[in-house]
Amino acid sequence: MKCRKCGDRAVLNMRHHRLSLCREHFLEWLPQQTLRFIEKYHMFTPDERILVAVSGGKDSLGLWDVLQRLGYQADGLYINLGIDQGSGYSSTSRQKAAAFAEAHQLTLHVVDVPAELGASIPTAAMLTHRGLHKPCSVCGLTKRHIMNRLARDFGYGVLATGHNLDDEVAVLFGNTLSWATGYLARQGPVLDAEPGFVRKVKPFCRLYERESAAYALLRGIEYIYEECPHAEGATSIYYKDVLNRMEAERPGIKLSFYLSFLQARAGGFLQPATGAARPNMQPCPNCGQPTTSGGTCSFCRTWDSVRSRLSTPAEGMDHNPPG
Amino acid sequence: MPAEITLRDQTHAVASGSTLRHALEKIGVNPDTVLPTRDGELLTDDELVRDGDRIRLIAVISGGRQ
Repeated sequence: MKCRKCGDRAVLNMRHHRLSLCREHFLEWLPQQTLRFIEKYHMFTPDERILVAVSGGKDSLGLWDVLQRLGYQADGLYINLGIDQGSGYSSTSRQKAAAFAEAHQLTLHVVDVPAELGASIPTAAMLTHRGLHKPCSVCGLTKRHIMNRLARDFGYGVLATGHNLDDEVAVLFGNTLSWATGYLARQGPVLDAEPGFVRKVKPFCRLYERESAAYALLRGIEYIYEECPHAEGATSIYYKDVLNRMEAERPGIKLSFYLSFLQARAGGFLQPATGAARPNMQPCPNCGQPTTSGGTCSFCRTWDSVRSRLSTPAEGMDHNPPG
Repeated sequence: MPAEITLRDQTHAVASGSTLRHALEKIGVNPDTVLPTRDGELLTDDELVRDGDRIRLIAVISGGRQ
């Protein structure tokens, strides 16, 4: 297959775009597309400071690389979740993020959850009702809180994540199956800032995961290949598999699903019900981040509970659970 | 010597002569979920599988995010 632009050997065929490109032109194309989406969805301007949430994976490091190449002021945030027992996952991902930052002379903030909050994510999950079956819920709650807190503390106006199209449509698919209209109403390339919350953006939201992976490989970005050990059996992976089987038969269906959703949402498809009250957000008396709970936010409640259980052992309880 | 396609720790022997896409479908791998490489170079899925090829697939799908 030949590159559509120059006729050299193509390295990637994007059937949904009917476009195949060589290495050189693909490495130009992807940042150009990203810039197009940044501008189309008014994600941020060149004079804004951006905090990129980096996990050490291909999407977040690829995004950070693209933003840097496009000339944006982008610093990174890595959150050490303490997922190491038997896998070394957090250690490896941290090393990848740090190595990338050092190689590109970029600023990387590191937040160490076990050191700062008193337990690793797997430990915290075992000690809470929220994390009863899987750490993902505690993990997500913790990461969102820390990302927002750090962005606010250090004066970043925008928080960028490496979510790609496959991530977006997997979530969209799941929320559509259950008609989770509250979540659907908030899904999109940009989540506007609200009092206490910085703006959140997903510059890769229209890029296929395969494109993001190809970019990282072709740029020589060293990223962690292994999945989080707790991702096994995740619903999102199942949905991605279903959607990719559809894509194999009908190239472009994932992108079409997402773009049609955005169009429908912009057209008022998910307007709140008449008379529905907007949740009242008040600052958490503990951490100051907005919450609808009327008291302490769910992050503070969860971690207060974790620390309380760690410091008051019950009979028969394993006080040093793995992870 | 037959060609081999490796994904993570699984290696499949495949016949030469077909396209990579066809070979992947035969071994039950969705081509949209992997990036095929040979000697460190990315391949498009219309490439013909040759005798003795050692093709390594890089899985691109990650998960567990909300």
